[in-house]
Amino acid sequence: MGGGFFGEKFTSMCLHAGTSSFADLVASCAPDLLPGAAAAVDPAAAAQLRHGTTIVAVRFGDGVVMAGDRRATAGNMIAQHDIEKVFRSDDFSCVGIAGVAGIGLELVRLFQLELEHYEKLEGRTLSLEGKANRLSAFVRGNLSAAMQGLMVVPLFAGFDEDAGQGRIFSYDATGGRYEERPYYAVGSGSVFARGALKKLYSDGMTTDEAVLLCMQALYDAADDDSATGGPDLARHIYPVIAIITVDGFRKLSEADAGEYARSVVEERMSSPDGPHAPLRPPA
Amino acid sequence: MPFYVSPEQAMKDKADYARKGIARGRSGVVIQYDAGILFVAPNPSGALHKISEIYDRIAFAAVGRYNEFENLRKAGVRYADMTGYQYDRSDVTARGLANWYAQVLGSIFTESNKPFEVELVVAEVGESPAADQIYRITFDGSVAEEHGYVAMGGQADRVAGVLKDRYSDGLTLVQALSAAIAGLSGQNNGEGTDLSAGQLEVGILARDRVHRTFRRLTGSRLEVLLAEARGGSATPAAPVAPSPGESASPDDDPA
Repeated sequence: MGGGFFGEKFTSMCLHAGTSSFADLVASCAPDLLPGAAAAVDPAAAAQLRHGTTIVAVRFGDGVVMAGDRRATAGNMIAQHDIEKVFRSDDFSCVGIAGVAGIGLELVRLFQLELEHYEKLEGRTLSLEGKANRLSAFVRGNLSAAMQGLMVVPLFAGFDEDAGQGRIFSYDATGGRYEERPYYAVGSGSVFARGALKKLYSDGMTTDEAVLLCMQALYDAADDDSATGGPDLARHIYPVIAIITVDGFRKLSEADAGEYARSVVEERMSSPDGPHAPLRPPA
Repeated sequence: MPFYVSPEQAMKDKADYARKGIARGRSGVVIQYDAGILFVAPNPSGALHKISEIYDRIAFAAVGRYNEFENLRKAGVRYADMTGYQYDRSDVTARGLANWYAQVLGSIFTESNKPFEVELVVAEVGESPAADQIYRITFDGSVAEEHGYVAMGGQADRVAGVLKDRYSDGLTLVQALSAAIAGLSGQNNGEGTDLSAGQLEVGILARDRVHRTFRRLTGSRLEVLLAEARGGSATPAAPVAPSPGESASPDDDPA
């Protein structure tokens, strides 16, 4: 390794660091590697950076589903058609990001390592609350950057093994952490997605129904928000769908996600606004 | 109190001290098998580990003084995670880690009054058995690359002797475990040869897994494997050949 921080100071840090936090380790021996560390940005320029858009999450009977569209925008341009914004953070949780993609992806990488590092050093995983709180600290660490336009808004979801159910946490720029039940959406298309979720959600959905609900909500977000991408049947690009249950994290295969996406697109051919909720709740 | 101690004498005293400390503990074994690398150590504690995950394809085994190798294990995880974070996960290698441990142990040995009483093995599972890497690092920072198997600790030579007779390329998991048990049983320190599932710490680096390949084998899964391995140890000259699928199950999570 030779140069850089892999020197004597780093070795001493490794042997004597009294922390199981990877982020603290980075902060003490290579703070410039932390996401958002160097922020002095003109907000107008920040708007031209690559942004991620809509993430939705839904609790269902066996756990929680999170889904994200695949578009990244830079100003009024579509910067990327196939960006991934939903990630496994460990065996029982996932994180999705909206906002400035560059910082968001780094934040996810740091968060993933934070959980893995703790697990390896301590021989146990953090509680779901503990994980949510760590993410909160990371988001707060980005506050000054966020105030200059480099905003990142994660959505965190996981299966709480103690409570035996899925849980969803949203964040604001100050690191404020809010538990959401039973569904939530973040990002530019979230207003429309949330409307769809509100009208279509019901308690005790199956995995299949929860996935379909996410797909409908993302379709509606893409329908009315130019920054959210709909299913791209031509390029075979479909939303990323993460499902977390008592059996752990799994990502829906491209083929399976495509199946859901195609069925929704198919239905919209005859009914462009999607399923209709009844005007009055069932008596 | 002498006013002058020759460097030779000082180094020899430190080395003797470290060797004596290590010899008091029981041995540990790291051995390759067809689908990965197996780690076995007698360890009645289920909480204080001698075998641990370091990174995606790298694991760590140690004998000697617990607080010292535990500190080195944590340092190794920090080194690996930091390297992977700065570069890429594929840039974290057992070779790099072994060299780093060698530097750390070497300078502790020369610079501090009390050397670490530890012996480490760092192993990395490759895409094929030929690409597996096993490094043994001793208390003074010496590194040796090993092939096939390695025994460490007080009875290392005797254990290695048994492994030498029983090891061949392409062992199944059960055969490798059987060889390791044969090597470790009959150590004349510790309390006899009780190597039941509760007395053993067993881990594997499973070649076919993606991302994090390290798994602990515990509970009923280990008991089943041990029973099969014991069946084999009855005829040490001709290792039993369990059904071919037998070793293909390391992908299961330990029950």
